[in-house]
Amino acid sequence: MTGLVIDDVSMTFELPNGGNVEALKNINLQINEGELLSVLGPSGCGKTTLLNILAGFLAPTSGAMSMNGHAITGPHSERGMVFQQGALFEWMNVAKNIGFGPKMKGTPQAEIDAKVKELLGIVGLQDFAEKMIYEMSGGMQQRVALARCLANDPDIILMDEPLGALDALTREKMQSLVLDIWKKTGKTIILITHSVEEALLLGERLLVMAPRPGRVHKEYRLPFAEMGVGADLREVKRHPDFGPKRDEILSMIWDMEEEIMGRTESA
Amino acid sequence: MIQEVFDVIVTTLRMVVGITLIMAVFLLVSLALSFLYGLYSKGRGMAKGYTSLKTVTFGDESAVTANRFASVAAVVTIFLLWCIATGSSLIPTVLPPPFVGETEFEYTARNAQGDTDTATVFVQVYGSDAERPDKPEALPLGEGFAKNDFVQIVERRTKVLKAQNNDEGGSEDGYEVIEINGTPVTRETTVPFGKGEIFVTKQGSLSVRPSTGLTMEALYLPPPEKVWSSFITLNKDGYQGVGLWENVFWSLIRVVIGFSLGCLFGIPLGFAMGLNSWLRGWFDPIVEFMRPVPPLALIPLVIIWFGIGEQGKISLLFLAALWIMTIAARAGVSGVNISKVHAAYSLGATRRQLLTKVILPNSLPEIFTGARVAMGVCWGTVVAAELVAAEKGAGKMIIAASKFSLTDIVIIGIIIIGVIGYGIDVLMRMAENKLVPWKGRG
Repeated sequence: MTGLVIDDVSMTFELPNGGNVEALKNINLQINEGELLSVLGPSGCGKTTLLNILAGFLAPTSGAMSMNGHAITGPHSERGMVFQQGALFEWMNVAKNIGFGPKMKGTPQAEIDAKVKELLGIVGLQDFAEKMIYEMSGGMQQRVALARCLANDPDIILMDEPLGALDALTREKMQSLVLDIWKKTGKTIILITHSVEEALLLGERLLVMAPRPGRVHKEYRLPFAEMGVGADLREVKRHPDFGPKRDEILSMIWDMEEEIMGRTESA
Repeated sequence: MIQEVFDVIVTTLRMVVGITLIMAVFLLVSLALSFLYGLYSKGRGMAKGYTSLKTVTFGDESAVTANRFASVAAVVTIFLLWCIATGSSLIPTVLPPPFVGETEFEYTARNAQGDTDTATVFVQVYGSDAERPDKPEALPLGEGFAKNDFVQIVERRTKVLKAQNNDEGGSEDGYEVIEINGTPVTRETTVPFGKGEIFVTKQGSLSVRPSTGLTMEALYLPPPEKVWSSFITLNKDGYQGVGLWENVFWSLIRVVIGFSLGCLFGIPLGFAMGLNSWLRGWFDPIVEFMRPVPPLALIPLVIIWFGIGEQGKISLLFLAALWIMTIAARAGVSGVNISKVHAAYSLGATRRQLLTKVILPNSLPEIFTGARVAMGVCWGTVVAAELVAAEKGAGKMIIAASKFSLTDIVIIGIIIIGVIGYGIDVLMRMAENKLVPWKGRG
């Protein structure tokens, strides 16, 4: 079976005071190869926990996940990660960062160099191979992070709010880049975000999660990602369906936040 | 006990006054120079760049940079104060120096018979580092029962002259010195003479004290030119059979070996503590206990265990560096952003690759900070250890010199120790900038 299967996964954290937090409860999900999935939800809905479980950094308290038919038990290079920031290696230049994965596997240097060169082209950093990470802006650093992840040729790319720390303009450019990469490489991508617009633009499929317990609240199939490939994203946002969808999801999340606040106050 | 505590309080208060006075002099000079510098730099557009356009500088730390002119002026000021206080020959006289040369005074004595007579005392004062001059061969003894005297005194020193010894009838009861330079005196009074003062003792002798001036005695602080000439000699001949640089070399060798051993064992230990719960628990009590123990407190134990040879000193420096490096490496591991570790594993790194390619380079800034501290502590510790027991070394040289009151060698030693300590820190900082350029910019 290809793709990622999440079978009845639950995650319960024990609190120091003896209580429990159900970060995830009975999540069932099947993600097909080549799918672009965005995950949205208020703080504390367990979306980052879900991603960490998929990446293999956390083991769920119950349930199982499998990738292309074999169980997920720990981190593996078949599942690449792109973090919000701070995950690049400052002691290496851009080219070495990108070539890190292949190098760890013992790929011949000539092959690594060719791969790095190709990826630098894809993310638009042709002239920056020798630059150090701390000499680059936040947007460029995320381009490096994307390229580093792609260099390993993973089956799936897990993105944990990769654009969260960028300014609005850079963010827009990066959103186009993510769409381009998705189309060009045909990779499965799961992207976690706080931004409703971003989730709509970068989600062929969109999951809205709800907190306490963390669960899938609603699922959408959206046409915007397909429209956005190679197009002006502002044009996509002007699509007649875009505004109403955005408002619908925003109010949904609003209601969840209100509910949490009410519960906290009464408790 | 209460009396002792009270004495400590009194001493402290006196020190407060003293320190305030010294600081006040130094700051006054600084203030005056700052004013002059302000006049000089005014309107010359000497300040350039973005910072010079900032209007808020008081409170903006980034706008405060060390004024290099002030630094140079401060060093020159300290040097000049040193020259002034010691009456150095490098500058014109500011404070009166102690009297050196020949002078004389007259005393009038009355003998048992009630006669009076006057005689002259020739005083010859010679420098403390000069040879004792020869006595003049024939001194006129003068007329009458009181005979002239001759006395040789080292500068700043006092000499008791028994003027009666060569006087006729000087040992009889009733003999008395009654006047000095025409001023009537009694026993236990002080009278000034041309180049100093004379105290008539209880026994009627004359305690001659040539003027001591206001400059410091070389025993306490030698003038710069004397230190320089000692430095030249020391450089050429060494001290107690050991060359100056040989002493410094031995101190440095001990520091380098002790520090290297500390790194060699401390860094892996720190990594182990940062990577494994059992090992952290195992070493935690030892490290936490040994860390606050000053290395100097271990000197007696180290001497008992290893004697005064090299092994003892290197062990001490090893212990001084070990805990600092352990804690630095441990802090380096805990400072690794978890995203980097996750990213490395997701990129297919093995544990071994994670350690060498991610954790080690990521800890380098912390390790370098620790290494700088450890080097400083080691340098201080080696000098202290050599003060206690050593055959060679910078610390040994100065403690040996201090036993013979060779203040100039002590001062040379202190300056060299300071310069080398500073040099070590500069080298470490250069290495840091070279090897971890990403520090603080991650």
